[in-house]
Amino acid sequence: MINVTYIQPDGSETTVTAQPGDSVMQTALNNNIDGIIAECGGSMACATCHVYVEGEWADQTGARMDGEEDMLDCAMSEMKDTSRLSCQIKLTEALDGLRVHIPEEQA
Amino acid sequence: MTLIEGHRPLTPDPSIPVLDIDPYSDEILLDPAPYHAALRDAGPLVYIPRYSVLAVGRYDETRKTFSDHENFVSSRGIGLNDFKLEKPWRPPSIILEVDPPDHTKTRKVMSKALSPKIVRTLMNDFTAAAEVLVDRLLEKSEIEGVVDLAEAFPTTVFPAAVGMKDVNARHLVDYGAIVFNAVGPDNDLRRRAMERAPEVGGWITAACARDRLTDDGLGALVYSAADAGEISHEEAAMLVRSFLSAGVDTTVTGIGNALWCLSQNPDQWEVLKANTLLIRPCFEEVLRYTSPVHTFLRTANLDAEIAGYPVPEGAKIMCALGAANMDPAKWHDPEAFRVDRKPVGHMAFGAGIHGCVGQNIARGELEAVLSVMARKVARIEPAGEAVWRPNNAIHALDRLPLKLIPN
Ligand code: HEM
Ligand code: FES
Repeated sequence: MINVTYIQPDGSETTVTAQPGDSVMQTALNNNIDGIIAECGGSMACATCHVYVEGEWADQTGARMDGEEDMLDCAMSEMKDTSRLSCQIKLTEALDGLRVHIPEEQA
Repeated sequence: MTLIEGHRPLTPDPSIPVLDIDPYSDEILLDPAPYHAALRDAGPLVYIPRYSVLAVGRYDETRKTFSDHENFVSSRGIGLNDFKLEKPWRPPSIILEVDPPDHTKTRKVMSKALSPKIVRTLMNDFTAAAEVLVDRLLEKSEIEGVVDLAEAFPTTVFPAAVGMKDVNARHLVDYGAIVFNAVGPDNDLRRRAMERAPEVGGWITAACARDRLTDDGLGALVYSAADAGEISHEEAAMLVRSFLSAGVDTTVTGIGNALWCLSQNPDQWEVLKANTLLIRPCFEEVLRYTSPVHTFLRTANLDAEIAGYPVPEGAKIMCALGAANMDPAKWHDPEAFRVDRKPVGHMAFGAGIHGCVGQNIARGELEAVLSVMARKVARIEPAGEAVWRPNNAIHALDRLPLKLIPN
């Protein structure tokens, strides 16, 4: 089982169960998590699926994809070292327990 | 070997269901819904003997096939012709009709030039142009939605955004229609497009030259990537050509189809006027509901499989985006047009590495038009029959008589 926790800007948390192979973005949509808009549906064209990966999880989620940084640079909220496009993080058992923060502004 | 529509004839596995129709007949292009249903019902993968091609129309298989760039390539053409076997009618696009790693390089340049950040800088111009246009149209008792609004808006704002010094609105709209008819079979539509191609294509190529562009538009951004050594100057001209092939007729269709949806569903116009946060989601629903690009193809570059059926190297696969966008297995009550549906994952912009790189511009144009209209227009009423215009890849209106009732 893979659990993912989404943390809203106000600190409230929602933990949901993900299907392996789904992205962090798709999992958010499947569970009606606020603040993940994902207008482009995962084509890395919109930057409305921006998240901050919490603490040590950044090692597990790996490096940004080719072209991801340019798109993150277009996000409405500040790009930080921990910024990722959630459509580009594929969930595996190794990511069970993953915690991601949703930015203040998404679109 | 004799080719069929420029590709190798296919002997399909006998277990693949057969659909004996012509998906490029006027009848189907004008009213694709029954064909789309038949395609989905026939199976996850279907053989169409008329053109010796395979086809997918169910959501899952369409999405998977269309975005599987390793097995199903774009470099052999996204129409019926196999570029490996037959010379294409124009030099292929260096973004749409290539595979990685060539694609990766040009895609990066284009996605920077068309990024959400850049589009935000264009929004004031888009909104100002929409105000002028809508005010003018509100003075008329009746409008023809296709020419007066759907064509008028993009042909005003898009060449300006690109920084074109030469503007010929007719050529800009028609070039897209030619390019899109060219992906079909050798039918009347394609033949007529090919007759006009030398004139319109010649004008387009000339208009893409650096000295025909201002130094502060999207075109200049692409040429500056060439100055920086990311691409060559010839490639920059080709990418500007891609703006013009893919960026005008498509948004014209998007606006026309949006007006059609909203004139046919006055209750949804009310919902939109009451909640302008739904303007962007409304356009997504227009895209799902009308699929401006109804079909593009892929070519199997290796022996592959779809839904467990064998697909031999060289096979052309029609991906009916319009059918996937109406698949009841994916969408609840697909025949209902609902501005609050938020159909994330629709196929109207494609999916995967070739997913529309201009989608932010398209959304920006539609947001400008629809938000100005939501402020100023009480009702959008049909004033006669809407007529569709057959095209081998685009599902667009030919005529849309409307009455715009001011607030
Ligand atoms: C409603 C409007 C639009 C629709 C429905 C649309 C649809 C599509 C689709 C379905 C694809 C995928 C093609 C494939 O995978 O084979 C695509 C790609 C593309 N679109 Fe759009 N498009 C629209 C607007 C635009 C605009 C405004 C531009 C330019 C500013 C543009 C430029 C492109 C380019 C260059 C590609 C190729 C991307 C690549 O291969 O990586 N499109 N579009
Ligand atoms: S969903 Fe658009 S970039 Fe991730």
